[in-house]
Amino acid sequence: MTTLLISYLFLQYYWWIIVSLLASLLVFLMFVQGGQSMIYSLPDTDLRRSMIINTLGRKWEFTFTTLVTFGGAFFASFPLFYATSFGGAYWVWIAILFSFIIQAIAYEYRSKPANILGKKTFDLFLFLNGALGPFLIGTVVATFFTGSQYSLNLLFSVKWATPWHGLEALINGRNLALGLAVLFLARVNGLLYIINTVDDGELLEKSVRKLLINSVSFLVFFFFFLVTLLLAAGYAVNSETGKVILEKYKYLHNFLQMPLVLIIFLAGVVGVLYGIAVTIFKNSRKGIWFSGAGTILAVFALFLVTGFNGTSFYPSSYHPPSSLTIHNASSSEFTLKTMMYVSFIIPFVVAYIWYAWRAINKKRITGEEMEGEDGHVY
Amino acid sequence: MIENVTPALIDWSRAQFALTAIYHWIFVPLTLGLSFIIAMMETIYVRTGNEEWKRLTRFWMTLFGINFAIGVATGIILEFEFGTNWSNYSWFVGDIFGAPLAIEGILAFFLESTFIAVMFFGWNKVDKKFHLASTWLVAIGANLSALWILIANAWMQNPVGMVFNPDTARNEMVNFREVLFNPVAVDKFLHTISSGFLLASLFVLGISSWFLLKKREEWLAKRSILIAAIFGLLSSLLVAFTGDSSARTLAKTQPMKFAAFEALYDGKQDAGLVGLGILKDSEEEEDTKKFKEFLFRIEIPGFLSVMTDGSRDAFVPGINDLVYGNADSTVLPVTEKMKRGKIARDFLNNYKAAKIQNETETAEAIKKVFQKEDFLNEYFRYFGYAFLDKPEDAIPNVAVSFYTFHLMVILGFLFILVCLIALYLVLRDKIEKNRWFLRVAFISIPLAYIASESGWILAEMGRQPWIIQDLMPVSVAVSRISAGSVMTTFILFAVLFTALLVAEVSIMVKQIKTGPKH
Repeated sequence: MTTLLISYLFLQYYWWIIVSLLASLLVFLMFVQGGQSMIYSLPDTDLRRSMIINTLGRKWEFTFTTLVTFGGAFFASFPLFYATSFGGAYWVWIAILFSFIIQAIAYEYRSKPANILGKKTFDLFLFLNGALGPFLIGTVVATFFTGSQYSLNLLFSVKWATPWHGLEALINGRNLALGLAVLFLARVNGLLYIINTVDDGELLEKSVRKLLINSVSFLVFFFFFLVTLLLAAGYAVNSETGKVILEKYKYLHNFLQMPLVLIIFLAGVVGVLYGIAVTIFKNSRKGIWFSGAGTILAVFALFLVTGFNGTSFYPSSYHPPSSLTIHNASSSEFTLKTMMYVSFIIPFVVAYIWYAWRAINKKRITGEEMEGEDGHVY
Repeated sequence: MIENVTPALIDWSRAQFALTAIYHWIFVPLTLGLSFIIAMMETIYVRTGNEEWKRLTRFWMTLFGINFAIGVATGIILEFEFGTNWSNYSWFVGDIFGAPLAIEGILAFFLESTFIAVMFFGWNKVDKKFHLASTWLVAIGANLSALWILIANAWMQNPVGMVFNPDTARNEMVNFREVLFNPVAVDKFLHTISSGFLLASLFVLGISSWFLLKKREEWLAKRSILIAAIFGLLSSLLVAFTGDSSARTLAKTQPMKFAAFEALYDGKQDAGLVGLGILKDSEEEEDTKKFKEFLFRIEIPGFLSVMTDGSRDAFVPGINDLVYGNADSTVLPVTEKMKRGKIARDFLNNYKAAKIQNETETAEAIKKVFQKEDFLNEYFRYFGYAFLDKPEDAIPNVAVSFYTFHLMVILGFLFILVCLIALYLVLRDKIEKNRWFLRVAFISIPLAYIASESGWILAEMGRQPWIIQDLMPVSVAVSRISAGSVMTTFILFAVLFTALLVAEVSIMVKQIKTGPKH
């Protein structure tokens, strides 16, 4: 019975949904990076910088773990993407990796005595990860829409058509727009998170002021990307022949042909805007909940738009027949099904994360806590 | 830009992966074992309410945190390097290899990272029992992480539970249970985590001994030694037991690695196990890099045969038997395996050609061949041999295999003794008087790291040229990037990792010297 219901096609959709969900969670959790990108500009004293770093530092591992799990899930469910993109767009992925290695140790080491490199270096690491991480990830994800230059041979071995191996993505205006939009969104969420978790009047005031300029920057880049996306042609796959053709207004069609996805997307955008608005106009400190949920919904919908409705999620502009779809890039039916059973544990994982998160965030971060002997202070 | 597969590209790609793995493995074993030691200490604190135990727990927890962060940083690179540097591998086996990696993320990493936040920041925010539970969950999460990646690694050493699909040109999983309970995986998991427990025990033992040498924190040091000695002794015995079992499995699944770590060239019955030995280049053979002979050795007679098959009569094939064949014991020569591998490869190429030319009948006929058990067992299982240039390519680096194996084993037995003596002395309350032993315990710390790394170097270098045993050599798996690019990233990683390691060790030493907080 189950074999009838759970077809290969269903499993491929199911796993694209999981991957999209992890991606959307990752973008939300990059509020940690967004906050890190402001450790020089936001606080005016070392104590305030420490407060910011400590409130973000209690969450950095979630972002990191989500990135690792996103990588693992993508590998397991769509290994051809892993093989093609990582092996081909080598340099841009290496750059992303670098920006994350330096983050992992920076929190733990920055204020420890005898740390050799000095607090300033570790803070610089945090800043670099904060600025580069979201920007580079956003830029790479943009290539899911704008395409890359590669071809696959009969044995599915990738050949990258430019010697830049991924860095060429950085000279495309639309890619840059999404990269910057993700960066500014991370900064918006970072500010809203700081507003929610730190107890310090001056920091609060400054964060709200900074929120406006970052929100505007985000909206400019985001709408630029969105408008060009809706007007752009996209790589469509004929479900019967498997042929890849360039279709005008492909992504606009996807939104219109999948109204539920459109609704999710719009709800997400509204959520982000509402989160910003209640913070600026009503002095609410709960904006992060709305903008966070909004971020998750909007990114989730964007991923569905790039993978569903006969679309290539990793198109090759150099050799369109090589383009990856959720059907030709996926794992076998057996593997997807086995992993689907494992994925049923995800709600349980989310539940304990939620529980532990609440337990730690019950009290806001204060200046005294930074100087107290009893805590684990970064 | 040259992007062909050159020896330089293969070497730099291997070097980069080895660098990352070796650095990663500096930090992981301590995490695996210290997490349990901390959990035990905190349990005693919660049960007794004695604040000294809390102080002790927090001291080791600080060291745990310093070590943990850098393990996480190097771990993410390993995961992504499968794609960036071994992209053909990622596709060829991603269907099997990816699953444990994803499960690891979902089941283990979140457990670890969620509760580590409670462990570090929750002392004053959650109640004692919730905190204790979190500490235990971190330990369980860390060890579960190891489980899944080791299942994946075991599959590379002994691929099971899959079939080859000529349409997708990859191996596809058909039996998850076989992948999970792969005998290599079971041995590898138990051997690896128990070696992590042992390393952490020696770490705690060594540092506590240093405190006693300095006549500081005697109460805490002795308690730490007691726990470390008990945990270490049990772990060291488990290490020996699972090591023995690993070797027995290896004799069946990777006979070349087995012969290489004993430097056994000519197979025989009643083969002895070399306990200690020094190798030199052989004068008789042309390719002196690959052929070694003993300058001197101490042997336990007949033991290698017993390890292989439980009896001294068992024939243990040597490197020459495995390369050039041995009709008496039905060992196939590599030339024959290369021939069969090439036949399997031709079938795949013909299938692809037939598909392109729309010769449906031919394609269907070939596809049926790929489903036949005879073909899979007699031909496809040697698929990787099709890519070797000469039979000697199937020989790993014998000297590295031999020395790493023997170093690991000798140190392993030494550690049993160290733990045993530590337990005896601490129970008799004589430990601080035996300063020679305190020094030995302290020196055991670096030795434990050497033993642990040696094990992995043997496991990975001993199976060359294979990235997947018999199915895919590293030369086929490697990503088509210029060797110069990989060399550049190798240097970048090397500089960064080294800087981080130096900072880590410096912070660690400082924290140890400062001692537990009052």
